[in-house]
Amino acid sequence: MHFVVCIKQVPDTHDVRINPETNTLMREGVESIINPFDMYAIEEAIRLRERLGGTVTALTMGPPQAEAALREAIAMGVNQGILVSDRAFAGSDTWATSYTLSKALEKIGDYSIILFGKQASDGDTAQVGPGVATHLDLPQITYVRKVEEVDASRIVAERLLETGFESIESPLPCVLTVVKEINEPRLPSLKGKMAARKAEIVKWTAADIGGDPEKLGLNGSPTKVVKIFTPPPREGGEMIEGEPDEIARKLAGKLKDILIEAAS
Amino acid sequence: MANDPITVIEEKCVGCKQCVKACPFDAIEMQDRVARIDLTKCTVCGSCVETCKFDAIEIAQREESSKIDHARFKGVWVLAEQFDGHIESITYELLGEGRKLADDLGMELCAVLLGSDIGGRTQELIARGADKVYLADAPELAYFSDEPYAKVIIKMIKDYAPNIVLCGATTVGRSLISRVAVSVNAGLTADCTGLAIDPETRNLLQTRPAFGGNIMATIVTPDHRPQMSTVRHKVMKEAEVDASRTGEVIKVELTADLLTSRTRRLRYVAEETATVNIAEANILVSGGRGLQKPENFEVIAELAKVLKAGIGASRAAVDSNWVPYSHQVGQTGKTVCPKLYIACGISGQIQHLAGMSSAETIVAINRDPDAPIFSVATYGIVGDALEIIPKLTAECRKILGR
Repeated sequence: MHFVVCIKQVPDTHDVRINPETNTLMREGVESIINPFDMYAIEEAIRLRERLGGTVTALTMGPPQAEAALREAIAMGVNQGILVSDRAFAGSDTWATSYTLSKALEKIGDYSIILFGKQASDGDTAQVGPGVATHLDLPQITYVRKVEEVDASRIVAERLLETGFESIESPLPCVLTVVKEINEPRLPSLKGKMAARKAEIVKWTAADIGGDPEKLGLNGSPTKVVKIFTPPPREGGEMIEGEPDEIARKLAGKLKDILIEAAS
Repeated sequence: MANDPITVIEEKCVGCKQCVKACPFDAIEMQDRVARIDLTKCTVCGSCVETCKFDAIEIAQREESSKIDHARFKGVWVLAEQFDGHIESITYELLGEGRKLADDLGMELCAVLLGSDIGGRTQELIARGADKVYLADAPELAYFSDEPYAKVIIKMIKDYAPNIVLCGATTVGRSLISRVAVSVNAGLTADCTGLAIDPETRNLLQTRPAFGGNIMATIVTPDHRPQMSTVRHKVMKEAEVDASRTGEVIKVELTADLLTSRTRRLRYVAEETATVNIAEANILVSGGRGLQKPENFEVIAELAKVLKAGIGASRAAVDSNWVPYSHQVGQTGKTVCPKLYIACGISGQIQHLAGMSSAETIVAINRDPDAPIFSVATYGIVGDALEIIPKLTAECRKILGR
């Protein structure tokens, strides 16, 4: 069986700071990491291979530097990495991104399960996984917190909802997006790190995947960013001081209106 | 290159580096005193174009062929969310916001309701501002299922051509609407916190946080219809009830092929501790590692009970198995936007702040005066939450008479 995990390289939000002079993100010296949610997807793909046999491929669309993310995935135990990179992809929104990934997946061809993290930490859209499923006309199970049963033709997985969870059965191939609760991602092994160093990363361009230029990058993106700005900082707060009794009384007094309104 | 979406006109560039500073994505470098844009990083957001005093950066215009006849697309649609036959509150928030947009455009506000034996709920949507309700009623639609829900909504969009489609940024909403948007070739903007109509172009201006709320982006869909957005919980005000309002209910004809699904729900299990859905709660009392041990969550649970609030937790508390994951607030958990957020023993890592800093009022109680949580707090208290919370609970009982 072939498990394909789609990953994204993102800036580490630990490091993201706003430049107070220019009001823009300071990206200098910011480390690039694998999107935190994708780590769970990588781990789950490896576990599926351990359970059922087969191979795990990590697929990413991004700049040439995103190769580092694929090597990190290989260090964890992924068999091979594919980087889809082309300047024609510039300005891709989630529509164009899911189209591009779906073309790469068509070229891969023999996928059984395609895994995603539930969303990426830079864009937070959660739209690319279901988008790819739609382009490929596949069923999907989103927000998966547990794989209950799986064999060569079907999977049963628990989808996390706001008020509980539901157990969903799907035929294969299908698309899964996973949440943090699903597993604990492993650390790279020494053997894995060596494999990652030696691995030959497969590189595909827009032409390689047969992408329709009208559907790639800015051309294929219905949405357009017209403005980027820094949210106004929250006003400086008020510190409440005193003995615990006094603090509780003062605080309750300040919250009184909110409490009464929220309770009504 | 000629086909690039954004280009630097070398003759005009003076090498002033203003664009390098303005780029939020670190995509511009100076080479031989001329700006070079790294297209693999560039999102074509236009920040550099605005900054450049020399008109040296140009964004390519889209080709005319992609443009469609906008006039054909009418109406602001709200996808109603129902659970077990009850309308979810996010729907009323969407109707409140949708009403404003519809009035600005001079269009109808329509609700779309899918369910089984759910016709009795349409008046609730009309009372909250809907002029029309498109009703899809079938046993197969009793609860959310990706494929039949998507197929039915895609058909409705093709038949009735709405201008705007709004949906909650919930698990159900986000799973569903992405499938719909790709199928109807529409633009979709996730998790919006601000919506408005551009008075000149009449396009929908969709504002949303990105990078965990560190920056805000305003997004439009200039050449495609419908314009689709998911909207964050609790940001928009619920529409008021006006029981005297009247509206039209349109029953959508459902053919068998629309109702088939390759996936099947085997069971649904409600989470016992999820007495209050944290994304929907007006008040959240949230605990972190500063509470020292899991039993101490009882202290905040007591306050939450008095306030009829939800219980949230930091990642640290969830990772220590003190509280189930569904309560986690922050980047790898849930984004919440309650009226009041009380953070107890939470230091406020940037990932936590990303999930709650848009709350209306924030109370932070922490022993470390330098904890980052105080930078977003409306009211800050340096002290032991375990000592202060029981006293606060007692005061709240008095105020609320509970």
